[in-house]
Amino acid sequence: MGNLLELRNIETYYGPVMAIRGVSMDIPEGKIVSLLGANGAGKTTVLKTISGAMEPQKGSVTYAGQPIQGKDPDWVARRGVAHVPEGREVFPFLSVDENLQMGAFSRSDNKIRQDIDMVYSYFPILKDLTKSQAVNLSGGQQQMLAIGRALMLRPKLMLLDEPSLGLSPRLVQEISKIIQRLNSEQGVTILLVEQNAKMALNVGHYGYVMEVGRIVMEDSCARLQQATDIQEFYLGMKEQGVRGRRRWKQRKTWR
Amino acid sequence: MEVLQLFISGISQGCVYGLIALGFVLIYKATEMVNFAQGDIMMLGAYVAITFINIWDWPFYWAFPATVLVMAAVGVVLERVLLRPMIGEPHFAVLMLTIGLGFVLRAAAGAIWGNEPRALQTPYVGEVLRLGEAVIGYENLAIIIGTTVLCFLMWVFFRFTRVGIAMQAASQNQLAAFYVGIPVKRMYSLVWALSAAIAAVAGILTAPVSLVDPLIGFVGIKAFAAAIVGGFGSMPGAIIGGLLIGVVEQFAGLYLPPGFADMSAYVLLLVMLVIRPQGLFATMQKKKV
Repeated sequence: MGNLLELRNIETYYGPVMAIRGVSMDIPEGKIVSLLGANGAGKTTVLKTISGAMEPQKGSVTYAGQPIQGKDPDWVARRGVAHVPEGREVFPFLSVDENLQMGAFSRSDNKIRQDIDMVYSYFPILKDLTKSQAVNLSGGQQQMLAIGRALMLRPKLMLLDEPSLGLSPRLVQEISKIIQRLNSEQGVTILLVEQNAKMALNVGHYGYVMEVGRIVMEDSCARLQQATDIQEFYLGMKEQGVRGRRRWKQRKTWR
Repeated sequence: MEVLQLFISGISQGCVYGLIALGFVLIYKATEMVNFAQGDIMMLGAYVAITFINIWDWPFYWAFPATVLVMAAVGVVLERVLLRPMIGEPHFAVLMLTIGLGFVLRAAAGAIWGNEPRALQTPYVGEVLRLGEAVIGYENLAIIIGTTVLCFLMWVFFRFTRVGIAMQAASQNQLAAFYVGIPVKRMYSLVWALSAAIAAVAGILTAPVSLVDPLIGFVGIKAFAAAIVGGFGSMPGAIIGGLLIGVVEQFAGLYLPPGFADMSAYVLLLVMLVIRPQGLFATMQKKKV
């Protein structure tokens, strides 16, 4: 299968600050691609550039053979790209049910009810909360709602930004299982941005590693898991790594 | 009975404040802009109605919806031409823009329709309803009924229609609204259309009571106070705040020395800001930065 999404030499700025310095990526159709990196590496900016919330100064974003860089985010969403932003951006004062209905705003078919039930089958907890306002949900439930709402778009491509952020280890496992199920059962192509490298490498088929705005490594997730750099910096497998010690020293001086 | 009489005229005046306040709140909630020309849009609505009814001799029940539609279109044009390029500019710039827009509308109305007060001809003017010893003019009754019906329609629209819920969604979380494919910019146009239409209704309803001249838009300032009293950002709050100011004004006019009636709205505003700065119905959560 071909690539659903191709990024070529993307450069994106926050005002004068260059956040992405020439990123190229391929997202093959039907796969889960993980994007790893530390804080401030530019992972979220890559997603925003794809979904249209930010405009790249240079480079191209090609989705299903069509250039989409610089389009409005609602236009991109209506073409089947569902962006689940970081931090559970739900509609706080709408009910769970209304949140899901809004996910299908651009659709006019009559399968919307059916799809809401499908979302409830993935996230049974939400079914008991249909009438509650989203603001009253717990963090994990809000994350599920945000993913469920994105599903209502019937997306071809899903951009997941830190779905594990602030969730308990058990919930992280649950979410990663659901990501895999969505991929295999619904055929959704997924671009997963994560700081939780262990989860991202377990879930993904292919992985990219970003550092200060550049892709520094790419390989299949299985091979990335074996790479010594990754083990050391992201999986914390080496005892007392160079970075670890340096951090420890800094902390001592704070006291 | 005097009390009841005052109360009723206070309510009817308060409804007008409430409707204009509703326009303020709608635009603020959706776009985080404060439209200080809201009162002047009401004035424009009243003049459009006068043109249709007094000058072109249209029947009232035709002219009413026509005016509302024309004003909704005016709202869309204002948003597209003036406000949309201002997205992302500082709030202060937008504020100055709407204040300037108010000046332009007043001057334009004076140039087109003249500065002398005019009365809108309505089929119900002059008739009264007797409730015990209290007397309600039909024009006041029309304001109260019109406002009630409008509020009910708004409630249905925002609570049950797809577009209404999408408008709420866009105002609660703009980014997420973009990401689910809601055309947020079109929602902004729609909000302006809606609030201009509401202002038009307020203009038509109030025109028979107070004569229409280019400066009637200044009630917008009292309506702004009403919106704050109600808790800026709450639609029921806007109406309740308007009613409260309307009633307080009437009683202050009778029981306090002359001059206090006009002042009372702002005294109420100050008292409110001291006791309960978030307003009666504080619905806005703390904004995430």
